[in-house]
Amino acid sequence: MANDQIQYVTAPKVEDNRKKYCRFKKNGIKYIDYKDANFLLKFVNDQGKVLPRRLTGTSLKFQRKVAQAVKRARHIGLLPYVADSLK
Amino acid sequence: MYKFAARFKRNIYQKFNFLNESMQQYETVIILTPLLSEEVSKEAIAKFRSILTEGGAEIVHEDNWGLKKLAYPIDKKTTGFYHLIEFKAPGELISKLEVEYKRDERVMRFLTIRLDKHALAYNEKKRSGAFNKKAETSKSEEVAN
Repeated sequence: MANDQIQYVTAPKVEDNRKKYCRFKKNGIKYIDYKDANFLLKFVNDQGKVLPRRLTGTSLKFQRKVAQAVKRARHIGLLPYVADSLK
Repeated sequence: MYKFAARFKRNIYQKFNFLNESMQQYETVIILTPLLSEEVSKEAIAKFRSILTEGGAEIVHEDNWGLKKLAYPIDKKTTGFYHLIEFKAPGELISKLEVEYKRDERVMRFLTIRLDKHALAYNEKKRSGAFNKKAETSKSEEVAN
């Protein structure tokens, strides 16, 4: 009866206060260079796939541009179409 | 439906650009086979340059990246000579240029894109001081992360 300790039936949600943001909007970047492979590497996973917006926080407008840039970079052989361990 | 609307909008923009200025600015990257000697590759690039200038284009900037490793093999080769040309040209010239690329066996890959105003600003900035700009952005990103 006198059990002071609170016991949760389900694990309490730990809130992550860090809000995601679009780095292009924040830093005022308007053009994404397809020639800069090192920069584009931030937006692909280690298989070389484009990361979704829900992970990177990029706004829709710039996600489209990121995707376009990644595709261009792949075409001219700066990024791989398929990879095993890119990072 | 939406796609159609977007295309319509783009057409309108292109027409307006056409009225303002008949020359669009383009950027083309070509990858030549690594088997060529330096002279031959230079000659190949000179050939494309002359095609551009004869077609009424004005070359704004050129950049030779040299021999680079490819992310994946193209035509069974793992390296390639990269060359970039930025130019102003009437739109009809682009298809002619690309036909020439396709006919030339020395060209492994090419990419030609039209530059929008943000791209123009970016390239201008990069040319004036690429190093400073790069350092700045990476710094601000580090802070953000």
